[in-house]
Amino acid sequence: MLFTGLGFAAEGGEAVHVAGPNGVGKSSLLRLLSGLLAPFAGTISITGPISLADDRLALDSDQPLGRALRFWAGLDGQAPPALDAAMQAIGLAPLADVPVRMLSTGQRKRATIARTMASGAPVWLLDEPANGLDTASLALLGDAVEGHLRTGGIVIAASHQPLPWQSHVALTLAPA
Amino acid sequence: MIGKVILRDCRRSWAGGAAAMPIVFVLLVATLVPFALGPDTALLRATGGGILWIAALLASLLPVDRLIDPDREGGVLDQLVVRGMRDETIIAAKLAAHWLNFGPPLLIAILPAAALLQLPGETILRVGLSLAIGTPGLAALAIMVAALTSGLRSSSALVGLLVLPLAVPLLIFGAGSLGPDGGSALKLLGAASLLLVAMAPFAGGAALRAGRE
Repeated sequence: MLFTGLGFAAEGGEAVHVAGPNGVGKSSLLRLLSGLLAPFAGTISITGPISLADDRLALDSDQPLGRALRFWAGLDGQAPPALDAAMQAIGLAPLADVPVRMLSTGQRKRATIARTMASGAPVWLLDEPANGLDTASLALLGDAVEGHLRTGGIVIAASHQPLPWQSHVALTLAPA
Repeated sequence: MIGKVILRDCRRSWAGGAAAMPIVFVLLVATLVPFALGPDTALLRATGGGILWIAALLASLLPVDRLIDPDREGGVLDQLVVRGMRDETIIAAKLAAHWLNFGPPLLIAILPAAALLQLPGETILRVGLSLAIGTPGLAALAIMVAALTSGLRSSSALVGLLVLPLAVPLLIFGAGSLGPDGGSALKLLGAASLLLVAMAPFAGGAALRAGRE
């Protein structure tokens, strides 16, 4: 059992910060929210599409970054300009022609965030979004999240470190 | 959505050169068999069709460890599920892509392979027809086993054990349809192939779901 008696609610425009030490179940909570895991007991209800940015890249390593991301944007029903704007906003635009396998840790992280930004989903689930990002990228991420919140989106981020935006709900998981 | 997933799988297979593998494999078998059995035309004609069927069965299993595992490991399957795609749909897409990547190339490879085994034209036609009917079943079998063994270490030994009992009907009916009155065997081959294709999305989907827990 990872956690019991957990409950929270977020409305449009609100950000949730799930904090806690390593291995306490932050990522599992996000997987529960995204429907990849089923809760043993209790209910989860989310209105609208969700987008998950976790630690796995899910991009074809032999393809250029832009084309690999376009596959997902296409599945999300987004036009290429939306993806270009997201890549621009997170500072990935110059890397569009670089094969995915040559990207660094921080660039990979930003690629997963760009996919979520371009998805058009109102609910963003970000797993350790600040991992491996440099100061400039952190600022870009903060701007992107605040922009999303302003348009009525919800951001649920799991991170053990401070995040560059104001969270409305703070949820700290403690070891059982 | 399903079309895009199929296209991606096909692109990956062609870009990685995996699509040429069944052709190379079948030609290798057809080249080696006359060395092992001797160049006796009558013997080659009698055994050639069955040998091509064995080669096709093994060729369908060549990419088993690459069908599901890399996508599960890389998070692609999770991203598809988050987008609302059902596990059954994912497996159906993978099945279609796998067949497209190995069925048609295999049918092309049959022609030079049959020449190497000195098969008469009529037998070539029968082999081609039975493989066209049987390869979807072989693809379904490979996908099901790939989904079941995905994430297991040293799964290759398990693959053989799982495939063998389910592949035997396809092989019997497929090779049986090459005989003088193979019409009924061809129908049974079609039935076995259909059954496997119909079963694969549900069995594979359940395996993917169980693997996520």
